[in-house]
Amino acid sequence: MCGIVGLFLKDPTLEPQLGTLLADMLVTMTDRGPDSAGLAIYGPPTPGLSKITVQSAQALVDFPTLEQRLAEVSGGSARVAVKSSHAVITVASDRLEATRAALKGLSSDLRVMGAGESVEIYKEVGLPKDVVERFGIAGMSGTHGIGHTRMATESAVTTMGAHPFSTGADQCLVHNGSLSNHNNLRRSLARDGMAFETQNDSEVAAAYLTTAMARGRDLGAALAGALEDLDGFFTFVVGTKSGFGVLRDPIACKPAIMAETDRYVAFGSEYRALVGLPGIETARVWEPEPATVYFWDQRQAA
Amino acid sequence: MPVFDLAATPLRALNQALHGVAPGANDTAFEVLNPRGQHAVAVGIDGPVTVTVRGSVGYYCAGMNDGGTVTVQGSAGPGVAENMMSGTVVIEGDASQYAGATGRGGLLVIKGNAASRCGISMKGIDIVVHGSIGHMSAFMGQTGSLVVLGDAGEALGDSLYEAKLFVRGSVKSLGADCIEKPMRAEHREHLAVLLDRAGVTDVRPEEFRRYGSARTLYSFNIDNADAY
Repeated sequence: MCGIVGLFLKDPTLEPQLGTLLADMLVTMTDRGPDSAGLAIYGPPTPGLSKITVQSAQALVDFPTLEQRLAEVSGGSARVAVKSSHAVITVASDRLEATRAALKGLSSDLRVMGAGESVEIYKEVGLPKDVVERFGIAGMSGTHGIGHTRMATESAVTTMGAHPFSTGADQCLVHNGSLSNHNNLRRSLARDGMAFETQNDSEVAAAYLTTAMARGRDLGAALAGALEDLDGFFTFVVGTKSGFGVLRDPIACKPAIMAETDRYVAFGSEYRALVGLPGIETARVWEPEPATVYFWDQRQAA
Repeated sequence: MPVFDLAATPLRALNQALHGVAPGANDTAFEVLNPRGQHAVAVGIDGPVTVTVRGSVGYYCAGMNDGGTVTVQGSAGPGVAENMMSGTVVIEGDASQYAGATGRGGLLVIKGNAASRCGISMKGIDIVVHGSIGHMSAFMGQTGSLVVLGDAGEALGDSLYEAKLFVRGSVKSLGADCIEKPMRAEHREHLAVLLDRAGVTDVRPEEFRRYGSARTLYSFNIDNADAY
């Protein structure tokens, strides 16, 4: 199993509620996977600034001095906001790559969850209820977000094995299913320069989409390519800086339900995840078709 | 009429009340409020009770129904009326995958669309879908009828045994060993009865095409035809 959720807002007045709505959706899906949980929240970007979400098993050791240790490489721009085992480092965008590279040398316990202009990613071993409380997800505002609660099949139950997987700036993916050609694809993507943190199949799917988009495809075209190149069972929900996509494999065993109103597009593994959304009673509710790409973009939706 | 508000009452209380209706009891009409996509609503009914569910349900609603009449005023998640024995289940909205799977009897009516694998391994159930159905429907269907007023997805009737399939719209593709067969008078009569039972009044049996097994994948013996 595994439970996945996503929420893409069209109505900016809902943005302060994004965290609360998405957290409730994910907690409702708890029985679909008790191993680990994670969320990606996309907030409005601040011009000139980027964010790196990091996690540490030694947060009390690593985080208090992080800002100071990054001062030089970030040109003094680094600001660190700690949330439990995670910290969000805000830096000048032109110092993002240098800062990210410097993190590797700071502590062997520091792991990058994701980076970009708008995304923050929080994921840990444990139940959705505990994960959303630990990171204060309910208090977060944003334009769109995705979440996952995991029943592990393809790799170990660890923080890094939790979803969402982020393999490119402001990109992330959650997956329900299992891929059968991920080892081969990982080798081929690694030759193209992708770095992998885990042995997880879903990370390969994320890296596949990142590579496709780096070659100039939009999210919709990248997802269409995934139908050709990925073998196995999948329902994916994918976030980009301004976009939100859904894709199911042609067999479509893994459940999926969507709802759309004037105010939002929502995804859930089950209808139960959607019942708390405003106006769900009159929303258009449908099951996404197998082998069909769905995607929305803030720039087009606005 | 007992009313169960699932926002306030555990699901198990509803299902136990349904199982506890004594033979010959008069108070057999139940109403269910706020199902909110819960799983296993009205599962295991084994008597002539009537259940009206006001809202959408999750997995396995009305599973194993034996004699009850369940109406869902909303949509149903995967596996609605799975392994139904007898009775009637009506879904006023859409149904997710494997609606009516392995059903042995009774009538399942879906007023919207049904997703993939509708009627998979059906063993005597009759299913009438007012809308369209998804891929791999009636896979390995053994007996019973699947009637579709709209279109059918890919691989209809793959590895079919003796289930009878009637589709009014287009069929995207037929599965292995499933072929179109002529509609004879007996099929039109059979279909007319099913349409009537499903409350379909504006559609005629002549509008449908019939599909069935070519009988090359399993050991069909004409001497045993009465047993199918």
